[in-house]
Amino acid sequence: MNYTRKLTIALAGAASIVLAASACSSEGGKQETAAGGADTPELTIAMITHEVPGDSFWDKVRAGAEAAAEKSNVTLEYSSDPEATKQATLIQTAIDKKVDGIAVTLAKPEALKGAIKKANEAGIPVVGLNAGLDHWEELGLTEYFGTDESVAGEAFGERLNEVGAEKTLCVIHEQGHVALETRCSSLAKTFDGDSETLYVDGASMPDVKSSITSKLQEDKDVDYVATLGAPYAMGALDAVDNAGSDAKVATFDTDKNLIGAIQDGLVEWAVDQQPYLQGYLAVDGLWLYNVNGNVSGGGKAVLTGPSFIDKSNIDDIKVFAEKGTR
Amino acid sequence: MSQTLTAREPVSETSEKTLRVGQRSLLSRFMRRPEVGSLLGAIVVFVLFFALAEPFRQASSLMTVLYASSIIGIMAVGVALLMIGGEFDLSAGVSVITASLAAAILSFQLNLNVWAGAGLALALALTIGFVNGVILVRTKLPSFLVTLSMFLMLQGLNIAVTKLITGKVSTDSIRNMDGFASAQVVFSSYVPIPGLGVSVRITVLWWILFVAVATWVLMRTKVGNWIYAVGGNAESARAVGVPVAKVKIGLFMTVGFFAWFSGMHLLMASGVQQSGEGVGNELLYIMAAVVGGCLLTGGYGTVIGAAIGSLIYGMTKQGIVYAGWDNNWIMFFVGAMLLLAVVVNMWVRTQSSKR
Repeated sequence: MNYTRKLTIALAGAASIVLAASACSSEGGKQETAAGGADTPELTIAMITHEVPGDSFWDKVRAGAEAAAEKSNVTLEYSSDPEATKQATLIQTAIDKKVDGIAVTLAKPEALKGAIKKANEAGIPVVGLNAGLDHWEELGLTEYFGTDESVAGEAFGERLNEVGAEKTLCVIHEQGHVALETRCSSLAKTFDGDSETLYVDGASMPDVKSSITSKLQEDKDVDYVATLGAPYAMGALDAVDNAGSDAKVATFDTDKNLIGAIQDGLVEWAVDQQPYLQGYLAVDGLWLYNVNGNVSGGGKAVLTGPSFIDKSNIDDIKVFAEKGTR
Repeated sequence: MSQTLTAREPVSETSEKTLRVGQRSLLSRFMRRPEVGSLLGAIVVFVLFFALAEPFRQASSLMTVLYASSIIGIMAVGVALLMIGGEFDLSAGVSVITASLAAAILSFQLNLNVWAGAGLALALALTIGFVNGVILVRTKLPSFLVTLSMFLMLQGLNIAVTKLITGKVSTDSIRNMDGFASAQVVFSSYVPIPGLGVSVRITVLWWILFVAVATWVLMRTKVGNWIYAVGGNAESARAVGVPVAKVKIGLFMTVGFFAWFSGMHLLMASGVQQSGEGVGNELLYIMAAVVGGCLLTGGYGTVIGAAIGSLIYGMTKQGIVYAGWDNNWIMFFVGAMLLLAVVVNMWVRTQSSKR
């Protein structure tokens, strides 16, 4: 058929362009990375998070977990579901698979209680990461790797005091998320000026931008915009521009683009909880527990943050951020 | 006559086919049932994961799969009935959460026995269904619009009211309140299966019961006939004296009941409820019904089909994890499996009607 032939020609044309363009670029783009490997006993570890699919933050948690897994001859089985009941079901799935260890985020601890108890009964060690600082012990987890959201929020508020901010807009990109609410409320606790919370729809960047823009147009007193995730800081920069406001932007969490923005002085700072480290330590913690009986933290949580990224340390961190690990 | 036993055909095809029903062999009559395609789909999915994923072969894994299916499946019973009756409910996903939040907040704030809170939540869930139904019947707007509005309003109310009352985005725990323990037994306990050494979540048993009751209503009662008639052609149903408005309102309230039941399971499983959940689940319920042979246009389908549709979803979602496939691809595989199931379903239907 005529149509099919046209399609074939078009496809062939496209394929040859791709082939021609596939000569290696030495910079930028996806570069080959070297792989390690180990001859220690093979283990299977399940990591089960409350990730909303496609978030750059979780990419780094996973990258850390995978790096630790590869170094230690561990098969990492990553799965996630933002809904608590479904996350609990995934834990049950891991128990059914008789994995050697489970790393889990406790964003909604109550709902996971039963599943974690079953893992303990099955003799599978469980560690926590990222969310659940107040609950991991009572739930019977062996170790916990993460930050304290309220400590991070308070640190953010104090930093705002240091730079003399007067009115801050705290932008929550997922309505109903406990950790995000904690960040804003803790920020308000230590911050001497006014702080106001703004809810935006994190699934839609145009909405994030236009909501912040309207708010800044309406309220000229805002001199700092605090976002709770790196991509939203970039959106906030646009919004500040559009609104013709003088407000500065600072954020929680980082990503590759944000590092550039800090270096260029567009974003003031980022409070980092080092997601790569969380993923890495959780897998490594389970590995150590399995092969050597080690437990980190001495009964306390192992904190991975908060650490500030700003102009003073950006050059050191940039190298790692470009690899997608910070 | 046998028409009440075999499910109805889409209206356009009925006349010629009813003439031939008497002459059909048992096999071809079986093949003509709406859920046969999805049954084949389910067998394909089961065999696939049975072969690929070693943990899938254990009894305990099967229980996990059944549990995951029942969570979707219980709601799919109500949603399938509604779809056979010719309507949609996009608010079904969040109204589950509304029921759960209402029970938790009312029990905690008013210091009620958990069962009393659950009872008030039931009244609320039925009211939501009633309101959906009445607006639909009165305004004659498509159910898509009516329930889409309800979906958005409930989504907002869930978060706003919860935050207003509790100051947080989740409810206070009702775990140690009176009546919680017994409610947990009813809605969320594990029932040991003698001889197998595993336990089944009680929702699976409830699910089977609900499917059986709904199937009986559809196939053996006057109300069942009404539902098919209203979904097939509301005008001619009205002409022969079927109370169309009451049937539709009743169906929306049935969805409300199942939303309440699912909400109670969520609440009793953990004792707290997050306000932001539930969005998107309505599509899974509709998907389960469609995969199971319900037509988007109404008047055709079965509840057993919707149960098989939920089972396909549960097996796929968990099976992918058991098989250790990359998590990033999960929704793609779920979608592809569902498409496969629907296509097999359609193919079987056209093949069997050719003969």
